[in-house]
Amino acid sequence: MSAGIITSAYIAASVLFILSLGGLSNQETARRGNLFGILGMAIAIVATIFNPGVGNYALIIILMVSGGGIGALVAARVQMTAMPQLVALLHSFVGLAAVLVGFGTFLDPTVEYFDIEKTIHSIEIYLGVLIGAVTFTGSVIAFGKLQGIINSRPLTIPGRHLINIAIGLACLWFGWQFISMAGLDAGVSPLIIATVLALIFGAHMVLAIGGADMPVVISMLNSYSGWAAAATGFMLANDLLIVTGALVGSSGAILSYIMCRAMNRRFLAVILGGFGESVSSSSSTTSDQQVISISHDESAQLLREADSVVIVPGYGMAVAHAQHPVSELTKILRNNNTDVRFAIHPVAGRMPGHMNVLLAEAKVPYDIVLEMDEINDDLPETDVVLVIGANDIVNPSAQEDPDGPIAGMPVLEVWKSNATIVLKRSMATGYAGVDNPLFHRDKTKMLFGDAKDSIEKVLAALK
Amino acid sequence: MQIGIPREIYPEEYRVAVTPEVVTHLTQLGFTVKLETNAGRAASFSDAAYAESGAAIVTSSAEIWESSDILLKVRAPSEHPDLGLHEASLLSPEQTLICFIWPGQNSELLSRLSDTGAYVLAMDAVPRISRAQKFDALSSMANVAGYRAVIESAGEFGRFFAGQITAAGKVPPAQILVIGAGVAGLAALGAAGSMGASIRAFDTRPEVKEQVESMGAEFLMLDFAEDGSGAGGYSKTMSEEFIAAEMALFMEQAKEVDIIITTALIPGKPAPLLITAEMVDAMKDGSVIVDLAAEQGGNCELTQPGRVTSVNGVRVIGYTDLPSRMAAQSSQLYGTNIRHFLTDICPEKNGHIELNMDDDVIRSMTVTRSGEITWPPPKIEPAIPAEPSRSPPPNAVPDLVKLPDKQKNITSLIGLGVVMAIILGVGAVAPSSFMNHFTVFILAIFIGWQVIWNVSPALHTPLMSVTNAISGIIVIGALLKIEAGSSLVVLLAAISLLIASINISGGFLVTHRMLRMFRRDI
Repeated sequence: MSAGIITSAYIAASVLFILSLGGLSNQETARRGNLFGILGMAIAIVATIFNPGVGNYALIIILMVSGGGIGALVAARVQMTAMPQLVALLHSFVGLAAVLVGFGTFLDPTVEYFDIEKTIHSIEIYLGVLIGAVTFTGSVIAFGKLQGIINSRPLTIPGRHLINIAIGLACLWFGWQFISMAGLDAGVSPLIIATVLALIFGAHMVLAIGGADMPVVISMLNSYSGWAAAATGFMLANDLLIVTGALVGSSGAILSYIMCRAMNRRFLAVILGGFGESVSSSSSTTSDQQVISISHDESAQLLREADSVVIVPGYGMAVAHAQHPVSELTKILRNNNTDVRFAIHPVAGRMPGHMNVLLAEAKVPYDIVLEMDEINDDLPETDVVLVIGANDIVNPSAQEDPDGPIAGMPVLEVWKSNATIVLKRSMATGYAGVDNPLFHRDKTKMLFGDAKDSIEKVLAALK
Repeated sequence: MQIGIPREIYPEEYRVAVTPEVVTHLTQLGFTVKLETNAGRAASFSDAAYAESGAAIVTSSAEIWESSDILLKVRAPSEHPDLGLHEASLLSPEQTLICFIWPGQNSELLSRLSDTGAYVLAMDAVPRISRAQKFDALSSMANVAGYRAVIESAGEFGRFFAGQITAAGKVPPAQILVIGAGVAGLAALGAAGSMGASIRAFDTRPEVKEQVESMGAEFLMLDFAEDGSGAGGYSKTMSEEFIAAEMALFMEQAKEVDIIITTALIPGKPAPLLITAEMVDAMKDGSVIVDLAAEQGGNCELTQPGRVTSVNGVRVIGYTDLPSRMAAQSSQLYGTNIRHFLTDICPEKNGHIELNMDDDVIRSMTVTRSGEITWPPPKIEPAIPAEPSRSPPPNAVPDLVKLPDKQKNITSLIGLGVVMAIILGVGAVAPSSFMNHFTVFILAIFIGWQVIWNVSPALHTPLMSVTNAISGIIVIGALLKIEAGSSLVVLLAAISLLIASINISGGFLVTHRMLRMFRRDI
């Protein structure tokens, strides 16, 4: 295949990838978008395989078929509640591949560069490997935390910022060594040392970030995996890789930005980690606060009498796997001519859009699932708000306590509704460690217990 | 345990301690409920409704008193007209009585009650702490009284409350002054305000200013530094200089306003005298005064408890039974307070109550126990002012990190400048082959930036999985290296080929699976 045809194939693939992401702008075009992506990927792979420099077809087919098979199996088996883990795992693969391709490119004897081109090439390799390494270990740790293998509380070893700075400086120093080294053999040891440092850095960074900041971490790692691919594209002088990497990189960056804004926190503050470790001072009067608890029958009664119900799901719903009973509840209430809608906070759950996927899985129609900004104004006219396993995202102190740790975070104003039922396992504070005054409001009723269990009992009472 | 509800015997008392709805809840708590016939009729609750909720209807008052473990009433025990004896004498040591007692004013009743040996809990002695708010019957009754005070004044007042401009001329809004912004005062402000009157309020405690203003009323201030907040969220007696300044203010207001509603009470003391005969005299003809403190002697010099008096064209309303005049509402609130209290002291929901004297709330409410007078209780310190639930939370403080727009613009300009400088710097040294790729890179970032913002937030998870899949494009790098000379490079390429393939198929397929689940309402 001639170079011209390969280039046109790559252009087609780039365009298809852009269309693929563009298709996700709404649910109707999303599936078509995914097909565009698959098509683009197929064109790119076929064109590359028929590239003059590529051979060894038997090995390629064996590896791609087995890899594809594993991927298909995982995709078919994974539970929707475990999506964040899967996404983290896939990020780590991109990171690892970038590291390996980087090393492969560096060690490849067939290509030689000189002068400024060599310097630039070395920088490209160095950056590609480093970003890949950080992505790899960061994603593996994120996977571990999400899967519950690693404690999701932030790990804060003393002087951790100093450690990070030291690693950063060391990487700069070894980078300089690597670039200025003339030969292959002399360059390999700084590269390996820097890679190990980057691996440690990635792991340490994510270890220091707590569970509920995962939406930001996942988005950030998504972004990194893109930049790693882009850097690989630079080192291989391959425009398709550069374009794809840049698309993915900016996608992840935007998601991180959206998540940070939804928590009213600065990106750097999230990445530096350690949030939620300090116990807030504003929770001093907790002992003398009234809490009105409610039974399953009374909850069912309230829901039956309500004309409008808004359901606010949080991570607790995912943990309890309560999405199916919630969907059932929605169906019954809607058959009863109750207006039921869902309110989704951007950082509800452990990754962007987590709640939407769970509700979609449980066959909740997406047109009654609304964003925070779409529904906040309707809450004062809502009869009953059902908060399922959410805490910080419905905390009024974000607006009322200017000194609190979550001050200024946009929250769902459920306390303005006529009645709020909060499903919760206990009175423990949320991720931010802030006491939630919502639970002590007159209009708030607490329904204690496992979310799935409680919803099923309310369902039974409704029937 | 058996709960008994005798009919209220006090003249003109229309309230009842529980409503049919409360009976339902009490039976759920494991209690059995007996009710004297017609106990709820004056409050518009029929015997049939109670029976339907699970209460047994009994005709004899004496039977209720004899056979019940817990007696629920509104008014304190008094001389029974039909039985010819005092209700207190019907009590026995095993019984618990829960009702209003007013122990401070009724020491004779208190000793009578203690002689019976019964356990008596006063609903008017609920401490004003947040935990006890849900059974604070005084606040409930004050709320009703405040509302009713406005209704009564409207009945006596010969004009509209709301200002109007009609074809027949202009009607100014009624000017209403509320003295004492406690629960009753705030309720009065709310009712008067919603009827369209122009409202203002005075209180010795400066911290209630916000609550008054939240009701849409003007808060009258005295230019005088003295805080009237006493223990437990109530007011205390003020100094003489303060009172003089206060009186001057009231005199001035009396000439201006059409209706004065006074709600000033200091616990355990006669009501302070705020409106003198002279001030009443200064009011316009047709003006109205409602004195909510009439029972404790009145805030107005001319108040006659229980009656409406007319002095120089000003009507002074001294009703002492305002909550009873809205018996259905009062009973519902009082009954709910009682229910919350019983729920609290019956934690096992088995129909048995536990009265723990170490609990501040129980301790405060207990007035007699096993023949012993336990009133007044030791003081609870520190007192937390109870906030009436009606007032909305004070102004929220949103958006803390908000840079002024101008500063924002400058920051983004600086950022843009830095980016341009870096690109220029790169361009100065890099060869053209690199610059070609760099152009593609920057343009791709911009396209990505534009495209991703359009992605629906509901699809962020599929977005991540699809970007996962397409970043599997790194497979190209692996493919290009798979036939490189050294076997080490081939090995590295082979591993990356394998894992990148997992990414591609896994990412696309899981995205497909997710997107298939999103469905519209059919």
